[in-house]
Amino acid sequence: MTVNIDNANAVAVERMIEARPVLTGLGKALDTVPDMHQDLLLHAGPPIAWEDASGPLRGALIGALIFEGRAEEEKDAAQLIASGEVRLSPCHHHNAVGPMAGVISPSMAVYEVENETHGNRAYSNLNEGYGKVLRYGAYSEEVQERLRWMHDVMAPVLGAAIEACSGLDIRALLAEALHMGDEGHNRNKAGSVLFTKLLAPHIAMAAPDPATAAAVIDALGENALSVLNPVMAACKAMADAGHGVEGSTIVSTMARNGTEFGIRVSGMGERWFTSPCPQPVGLYFPGFSAEDGNPDIGDSTITETAGLGAFAMAAAPAIVTFVSGTPQDALNATLEMYEITAAEHTAFTIPQLDFRGTPVGIDLRAVVETGITPRVNTGIAHKEAGVGQIGAGLVRPPTELFTEALIAFAEQYGFQE
Amino acid sequence: MDEPLAQKGEAGASALLAEVRTGSYYDSVVLMQLQRALADLPGVLDAGVVMGTPANKELLTQSSLDTDDALRAAPEDLILVVQAESEQAGRAALAKVDDLLSARRTQQTGAYRPKTLSSATRMIPEADWTLVSVPGAYAAAVARDALNLGQNVFLYSDNVSVEDEVSLKESAAGKGLLIMGPDCGTARVNGVGLGFANRVRQGRIGIVAASGTGLQAVMVGIHRLGAGISQAYGTGGRDLTAAVKARTARQALTLLREDANTDLIVIVSKPPSSSVAMQLLSAAEACDKPVVVNFIGHFGEPNAAWPAAGISFAETLDGTAELAVQNLAASGSDHPSGNPAESFQPTGAPGQRVSPVRPGSCLRALYSGGTLAYEALYLLQAFLPSIRSNGPLPGGLQMENAHRSQGHTVVDLGGDAFTVGRLHPMLDNDLRIRRLLQEAEDPETGLILLDVVLGDGAHPNPASELGPAIEEAIVTAARNGRSMPVVAVVIGTDADPQGLGRQVERLEEAGAAVFTRHDEAVYAVGRAFCKTGEDRPLTSSDPNSYVPSERDCAAKASDFAAINVGLESFTDSLRAQGAEVVQVDWRPPAGGDNRLAGLLARLR
Repeated sequence: MTVNIDNANAVAVERMIEARPVLTGLGKALDTVPDMHQDLLLHAGPPIAWEDASGPLRGALIGALIFEGRAEEEKDAAQLIASGEVRLSPCHHHNAVGPMAGVISPSMAVYEVENETHGNRAYSNLNEGYGKVLRYGAYSEEVQERLRWMHDVMAPVLGAAIEACSGLDIRALLAEALHMGDEGHNRNKAGSVLFTKLLAPHIAMAAPDPATAAAVIDALGENALSVLNPVMAACKAMADAGHGVEGSTIVSTMARNGTEFGIRVSGMGERWFTSPCPQPVGLYFPGFSAEDGNPDIGDSTITETAGLGAFAMAAAPAIVTFVSGTPQDALNATLEMYEITAAEHTAFTIPQLDFRGTPVGIDLRAVVETGITPRVNTGIAHKEAGVGQIGAGLVRPPTELFTEALIAFAEQYGFQE
Repeated sequence: MDEPLAQKGEAGASALLAEVRTGSYYDSVVLMQLQRALADLPGVLDAGVVMGTPANKELLTQSSLDTDDALRAAPEDLILVVQAESEQAGRAALAKVDDLLSARRTQQTGAYRPKTLSSATRMIPEADWTLVSVPGAYAAAVARDALNLGQNVFLYSDNVSVEDEVSLKESAAGKGLLIMGPDCGTARVNGVGLGFANRVRQGRIGIVAASGTGLQAVMVGIHRLGAGISQAYGTGGRDLTAAVKARTARQALTLLREDANTDLIVIVSKPPSSSVAMQLLSAAEACDKPVVVNFIGHFGEPNAAWPAAGISFAETLDGTAELAVQNLAASGSDHPSGNPAESFQPTGAPGQRVSPVRPGSCLRALYSGGTLAYEALYLLQAFLPSIRSNGPLPGGLQMENAHRSQGHTVVDLGGDAFTVGRLHPMLDNDLRIRRLLQEAEDPETGLILLDVVLGDGAHPNPASELGPAIEEAIVTAARNGRSMPVVAVVIGTDADPQGLGRQVERLEEAGAAVFTRHDEAVYAVGRAFCKTGEDRPLTSSDPNSYVPSERDCAAKASDFAAINVGLESFTDSLRAQGAEVVQVDWRPPAGGDNRLAGLLARLR
């Protein structure tokens, strides 16, 4: 029996495009995320052991255990994980995604996104903003204090506001943000403002007092990444809709854990293909250089998987400076991604390309044939826990990853000689 | 990557360094430019940048640029060799390679360059022709993709198998598309020259040609006589063999038959297999238009019925042009108006003689055009007893080694063996310059004959490089007490971008006897060797025998759009002719990994 790959891919990509992710609420991870339990920490990227974890991921895991009240300091936290008392699992195994270290612990608040077309759900944590933050591996008291405020003060108000919206259509928000200069991954300035604007009236109503309302609105509005996490959950819901199509070579997951880059393929079940993570190429903040950078990390590549991020770069010429480029380079980045994708998005369009749909549905075959690997816009983390973001730039997963997956696909489906 | 190993060169202190890079692919234009850039670096005496094919390794040996490393390279390896004043200078030069390559790459930023054909068709949906000039091993697959995307194909690449040629041609015919080639060097479609093509007048003569330079010579001849071309279809050199059965030629004849702008048809080919020739002539007869045929070295009228059917035969390429223009005028389909004919008068007027050569010395003809070489060999049979050659040429003895002349020699430097992983000598003069100097050193050499082909696609100023080499060759021979005339035949028109007049002038300045008709040049060379040879009378080629009509200049280039995969110079020349072109930034599939490419083919 041979499968028709083209047809399978058409089905997978059509499902991705037709998925309509809607933000429906904010819940506690333990109660909401599938198979979450007290002794589990979720993290970004493919599976990883504590010993192999890089600085930022270790820092975030430690910080999460301190936040949970399971540990007082680094040594206790490390012991809990190393002993196996607390286990690690990729967000992606729980319908979840998290930026950078992507650590989600049981009592953390998570955005709930539902794909109204196909009914599947996806989750992501709250965005802490810039500076010393858990997702870059910082876990000092300052970080803990911020996390506590977010969970004790902001989350109840935000949750009530989202419910009052009776569903916030993230796909529509993204479509609009693309026309306002966002690409949905590194640039979410417009999207975050739209997000704040939609929620502000409901926050005002839900907050116990004006000061709290102002603080929450300010936290969302001042953080140009506040919508990133709901966007990632939305992309996860879209990508998952295209996952599991028999005979499809469409890439349905791309994720990094700071040590390895991993992909999964629609027609190949839950199997990960991994290889060492490359270091991003980009612009560093003053005082930092490539030597300080950690290998690439985070689940945010789910945006590229769903046809946004670097794939929609043409829409966001303002951020080409990260790769010291010109607006023409931004157009070229998107045009290049059409070479390896199976379709053009019908919901996400790019004014600069005469409203052409964004390239969506990375076809393994096209990547191997052309040698063009997916572009990923990314933030650069310091290799030591807790220093935070030190730059932004571009990364491409290694070709071997796709070659290996293609050969395995051929074996699985009997295409070998 | 291995450390480049130094070997002591023959020149004493100079050092020869080589580096071999496995699995690298670069456009042959890039290789040529890199070779030039390396040779221009301080302290570098000579450089070679070639793919490791047997022919290229042989060439390195000829130029004393061979090292053990280089000779061990495989055909898919890139060989970089530098002959430098010192080992230090050589190493410094090799260290610059990556910079030189990336400098070129950054110059290309700007408009997006599609990486695949399908994305190119999105960028230029109006294109219905795709030019393919990628290495032979990949050419059939690219051509197949193009056909599947509904494109007509100009397949310049050679080294494509007969099986692939037949299956591509069958597939094209099934889709109502035309595929010209493989190994098709020249065509003219809707007023635009493809590949190596001279700028000629638009007119009423349609051509089907199984040979590139043959087609160029005929088009140039027709233009010189004041007439013009409607369409000129190339078929590739093997189309008229029994295996391929003139599939493209017959399709092209049908197109010309149905073309309202074509009043007369010319067929040019090296001798076809006789059964295919008959098939083709029957198809020509069915066109109901006058037909002029040139089966080089196979002229004559095999069937008395042909003249009655409007089919006549010409002997030489220039004679074909003359006969076509005469018959077109005689057919009365045209009403001459007062347009001026070509103003440039060829310098090599009929009857010009080349001074006799030293007794016992030999001819060395260094051709870039295969059909010109073929015609030369055919015409020279009347003058010279035995001639060696590297091609399947009439009456010639096979050369033992294409890189070493022996006795009278006619060598086609555009032959397959010379062009694997390397630019055609019409684009890159390096090979011919080296060979020219090699021949000048040989005491056997009595006369050197070479062709200089102008037009779009060819080198932008060949005389500027060949001129100095001719001077040096003549001086070298003179220093050794030998006279050694050099004869050059320039195939070009007054409208060609290189400027026919300027090219002729520069070559004459260098000391060459210059002709613009190939047959005249060959006869003059023949007479220089042998006064008693059969001196065929040449019909007069009065440039004013035909005056173009308004209809001649009707169609214009503007509506031609194409995709180019391979040699970038083809894109440049199409743009220069006012056509719309998108260049594909092509790379071998799966990075040249054949096993993966095979797997991908199964997963399609």
